[in-house]
Amino acid sequence: MELVCPAGNLPSLKSAVDNGADAVYFGLRNDTNARHFPGLNFNEKRAREGINYAKSRGKRVFMAINTYPRPEGWERWRQAVDSAASLSVDALICADIGVLDYASRAWPDLNLHLSVQASSTNYEALAFYHDAFGIKRAVLPRVLSLSQVEQVVANTPVEIEVFGFGSLCVMVEGRCILSSYVTGESPNTHGACSPAQFVEYRETPSGLESRLGGLLTDRYGKDETAGYPTICKGRFAVGDNTFYAIEEPTSLNTLALLPQLHRTGIKAIKIEGRQRTPAYVGQVTKVWREAIDCCLKNPQAFVAKSAWSDALDQVSEGTSTTLGPYYRPWQ
Amino acid sequence: MTMTPKLSLGPVLFFWSRETLFDFYDQAAEMPVDIIYLGETVCSKRRSLGSNDWIELASRLSEQSDKEIVLSTLALIEAESELKTLRRLCDNGRFTIEANDIGAVQILSKKGIPFVTGPSINIYNSASLDLLASKGLKRWVLPIELSKQTLGQIQKHRPEGVETEVFCYGRMPLTLSARCFTARSHNLPKDDCQYKCIDYPDGRILSTQEQQPFLALNGIQTVSAKTCNLLQEIPLLKELRVDILRISPQSLNTGKIVDAFHRALHNEETSDLGQYMPLGACNGYWHGIDGQTEFNSPH
Repeated sequence: MELVCPAGNLPSLKSAVDNGADAVYFGLRNDTNARHFPGLNFNEKRAREGINYAKSRGKRVFMAINTYPRPEGWERWRQAVDSAASLSVDALICADIGVLDYASRAWPDLNLHLSVQASSTNYEALAFYHDAFGIKRAVLPRVLSLSQVEQVVANTPVEIEVFGFGSLCVMVEGRCILSSYVTGESPNTHGACSPAQFVEYRETPSGLESRLGGLLTDRYGKDETAGYPTICKGRFAVGDNTFYAIEEPTSLNTLALLPQLHRTGIKAIKIEGRQRTPAYVGQVTKVWREAIDCCLKNPQAFVAKSAWSDALDQVSEGTSTTLGPYYRPWQ
Repeated sequence: MTMTPKLSLGPVLFFWSRETLFDFYDQAAEMPVDIIYLGETVCSKRRSLGSNDWIELASRLSEQSDKEIVLSTLALIEAESELKTLRRLCDNGRFTIEANDIGAVQILSKKGIPFVTGPSINIYNSASLDLLASKGLKRWVLPIELSKQTLGQIQKHRPEGVETEVFCYGRMPLTLSARCFTARSHNLPKDDCQYKCIDYPDGRILSTQEQQPFLALNGIQTVSAKTCNLLQEIPLLKELRVDILRISPQSLNTGKIVDAFHRALHNEETSDLGQYMPLGACNGYWHGIDGQTEFNSPH
């Protein structure tokens, strides 16, 4: 069971490698990947440096080209695939059928992983990408329960990677356009959900307001910490109630489920957070390394240590965590 | 000389009772639409009609009229039972399938059965369309968030024999989740949802804290509160060689909306549809901006 960690920049990549990641994933500095944030990601020179750093320490490097090119952007995505091949990454993480088709034809020796953004939640969908493009691995959207993950693993020749920790998309990735409904830009088209240039905080007599594209996503009381105005984490009115109608501002933490996840037969656990600091990446990687080692040594006796949770809470700024969709009652 | 596009009635996105669905499709048989899509695309727990009922309804409608009947599949497939239903639909032996998940594309292409893709299949460029055409795609629906500019470019290189359909009217499907938001709004878990969504035949409205209606909750799906309306865009849709204009059913006045589109397609006067869109119109996606906006293009 491999630990796959986020690298938003070179210091984060090194931090992940130094703290026990088996593999790291990164993207280029443009809209070809789903964490297209200002100041983040790699140019080719930095990527080469990072890849050398990881490979010389026996670690693998994956590159994400996991957004959906429209015809006017096609050349940029094609060039990104060619870059990945020339950088000799260990795998390319893709979502778009056209990009996968190009990569598998132009670079038949390049390993392909299906991105979570491809929105594939069942083994028939995975069979499509396996038959058409020979994908080696797939990252499952954060919508399946544990038993559903197990069902997928049992019926596919493709290795399965699941999210273990980090921000929680409550919608099925790759098929959510709430962001573009309000801003005109979505993860699929622009590589970012709720892009920063549309975010606004306003101090008002009734409290601090957060807005996305002008739309009021939440209002905070004096003792509340303002969150990032992602639509799915806002407070809205439905009927007579105003509440977190879609999801509380919580993040995913599956440490407690590690033995069960292992038993499903998954090949890798993914940590979300390319937008996070190197210190965050290091701390989270360290905890998960220890937890996975513990679990692999003796799954029956595995108990999530409170020291791990404390260490994770420290970097997660005390936000609450959830087992998410893996735990059926959450649904 | 451009061809006049056909009109289609998309699958009913909301949970309607068996009687309501039967009444609706009795009326639909008389509407001037060329294609009717039938089936449950949102939640497998909704069983006012089962897959056999949908197939029977398809048979009845195709005997009553000369309309093309297509069976639409679930968009989010998670459980083995959902795959079983999907296979049963794909094996119907008579009606074309609208695949709303790549899993359906796989099953159909392996059997060598030509298929249609719905708006939740991500076809954002020509390379994707070409690949799917090689697997048996004969018609695709433009994904909801794509614009007329993107459509125009894809149309230029459209593979031979592939038809293009555009979602032209209705509350737009924006997202899907494992979680049921209608149940959540009643403080119920999904496994004990009590089928609350049957009380909201056009979705349950979610508003901002400034009382701005924003979304409509439809079980595990979320749709726009505003209604997408491309009636005014018919000249451009014709110019872009769009083959089919899709109207997504709503609980009231669908027949009147279909009539308006039919008249507009035949260059006849149409009445304003404003009264049929309770929370207003939008068309931003078509114009390449945020989907919620209503952009008035100069004509």
